[in-house]
Amino acid sequence: MKSLQISLPGLELKNPIMPASGCFGFGREFSQLFDLSLLGAIMIKATTFEPRFGNPTPRVAETTAGMLNAIGLQNPGLEKVMNEELPWLDQFDVPIIANVAGSQEEDYIAVAKDISKAPNVHALELNISCPNVKTGGIAFGTIPEVAKILTKKVKEVSEVPVYVKLSPNVTNIVEMARAVEDGGADGLTMINTLVGMRIDLKTGKPILANKTGGLSGPAIKPIAIRMIHEVSQHVSLPIIGMGGVQSAEDVIEYYYAGASAVAVGTANFVDPFVCPTIIEELPELVRSLGFEHISECTGRSWKNG
Amino acid sequence: MIKKELCQIVSQAEIAEHIFKLTLQGELVREMNEPGQFVHLKVSDYAEPLLRRPISISDINKDENQFTMIYRAEGRGTALLSERKPGDFVDVLGPLGNAFPIEAASTGETALLVGGGIGVPPLYELSKRLVKRGVKVIHVLGFQSENVVFYDEDFTKLGETYVATVDGSYGTKGFVTNIIEDRKLTFDVLYSCGPTPMLKALENNYKDKKVYLSLEERMGCGIGACFACVCHTADDPSGHTYKKVCSDGPVFKAGEVLL
Ligand SMILES: Cc1cc2nc3c(=O)[nH]c(=O)nc-3n(C[C@H](O)[C@H](O)[C@H](O)COP(=O)(O)OP(=O)(O)OC[C@H]3O[C@@H](n4cnc5c(N)ncnc54)[C@H](O)[C@@H]3O)c2cc1C
Ligand SMILES: Cc1cc2nc3c(=O)[nH]c(=O)nc-3n(C[C@H](O)[C@H](O)[C@H](O)COP(=O)(O)O)c2cc1C
Ligand code: FES
Repeated sequence: MKSLQISLPGLELKNPIMPASGCFGFGREFSQLFDLSLLGAIMIKATTFEPRFGNPTPRVAETTAGMLNAIGLQNPGLEKVMNEELPWLDQFDVPIIANVAGSQEEDYIAVAKDISKAPNVHALELNISCPNVKTGGIAFGTIPEVAKILTKKVKEVSEVPVYVKLSPNVTNIVEMARAVEDGGADGLTMINTLVGMRIDLKTGKPILANKTGGLSGPAIKPIAIRMIHEVSQHVSLPIIGMGGVQSAEDVIEYYYAGASAVAVGTANFVDPFVCPTIIEELPELVRSLGFEHISECTGRSWKNG
Repeated sequence: MIKKELCQIVSQAEIAEHIFKLTLQGELVREMNEPGQFVHLKVSDYAEPLLRRPISISDINKDENQFTMIYRAEGRGTALLSERKPGDFVDVLGPLGNAFPIEAASTGETALLVGGGIGVPPLYELSKRLVKRGVKVIHVLGFQSENVVFYDEDFTKLGETYVATVDGSYGTKGFVTNIIEDRKLTFDVLYSCGPTPMLKALENNYKDKKVYLSLEERMGCGIGACFACVCHTADDPSGHTYKKVCSDGPVFKAGEVLL
């Protein structure tokens, strides 16, 4: 579909739809359901230097039109991702965006350096915004100067463009975006989850073993839209938008807000075929709205005309 | 193969207090070949409640392309499901997970099937298959009280069946483990599904036997992609090796994972 082809730093995509990090594993499970080559790209599960088991269970709790998760960045570690997951994904015609996480600067740098060398990794997504890890993580995502320095250091070692994933758990999202732009980021992805909690009425205690978790799903979409609307007017970096996307209409709303591509997270759990369905429905929607190409929609909510 | 399909409700009935028996018809029944697997149900057409609900398959009828589930209407999702009428459609993802291994029990051997509350349903299809294989089955079923007892007669048709209720209002007063001990039940293989404390007790009591346990955990995707449902393996209790209840389980050999 010509009307969906896009190009972003490091990414020549047949369409702008990709599963969001942590909601698609490394693709193996979903490959039993549909051909992963249909996807614009895949944002793989956060990779840390060492393997991580993550948090105790329960790790998820449903909320009104959303869910909380406190997975705790469980992943098999850099070595296994490099030697097993990425080579396995190479059988598909789909660029990989590697989500890089850590609890200290050195971890991020070590992972970024190695993983950016994998032939099918076309971009990094620097996860400075995971709310579920005890040390670091969120601090990198909430202090502009810290985020800027980390971005700079990761840029120095990465062989591919670096997108920085912004946390919504800040008072001034534009300030964060500007800081990572100054640090040399090639793009932004936003938003990560919002910190939340649910309490069990029977026990009187939080449902999640971690107590707090990250809120995702349709409930957070208006927040993400507002933040992208603001950020896209103040920085010149392309934005991959996410938060509660369930349909082709949602994708267009993200474009209107200022996004240049869109990731789908939680909706994959509700309907594992949601990405291919959106990809199939988008061209007709774009056409019916009077556009020849989806990129024409970017920023329509604030652009003149 | 995992399929997603809108399956039509053939029948739905309350068979005990807040306990519903739901039979659906659909092509994906062709994929259901083993006892102990589950399906992931979307209970509303909207974003609320958002997530699917995991429910065990309790009876498979290949001839009619039908399968049956038994569930307790507890929270919002299952309450909504219980309001659905015959002719309505339910969005089903499945079959999911790994089954109870029936081949673990040979013809002529005895299998003990132990169910607790809402863990009883998957044992029904299992029992039917074991009987067909020529395995002698003994059922021990535990419930809170008489008003929530279900399927004891159906199980009795397949083999010896004992019921325990916590308050003694039906069957023997106490727990399933009391019945097994008091009646000195002997067996070659034990299969169980129910609350974790019950599974733990069985695992501890029968360390020298072949024991298979079906676990429950809160789920996101249900297919192994989100890491919501992981547990530690028993040989690496604090390390980073893990099993996913949804795709490596829900049935595990006793001693494989940390309960
Ligand atoms: C593999 C498996 C098989 C199951 N089989 C059956 C069955 O055959 N019959 C039956 O009655 N129940 C079964 N359950 C439990 C059933 O999934 C829950 O009772 C149900 O999800 C509760 O949903 P709700 O809307 O009533 O409750 P809510 O409290 O509204 O649910 C909120 C969230 O918590 C989750 N949740 C709540 N309780 C449980 C639980 N015990 N286990 C897992 N998730 C839970 C829900 O899925 C939902 O995401 C099974 C669970 C698993 C994991
Ligand atoms: C279960 C789960 C796991 C997640 N894991 C990660 C992760 O490893 N790295 C990351 O950057 N974001 C992670 N996220 C956040 C998502 O990528 C996404 O930013 C967020 O969920 C908002 O999108 P959604 O509403 O479509 O889910 C996770 C989200 C969920 C629900
Ligand atoms: S529920 Fe997602 S991995 Fe098991």
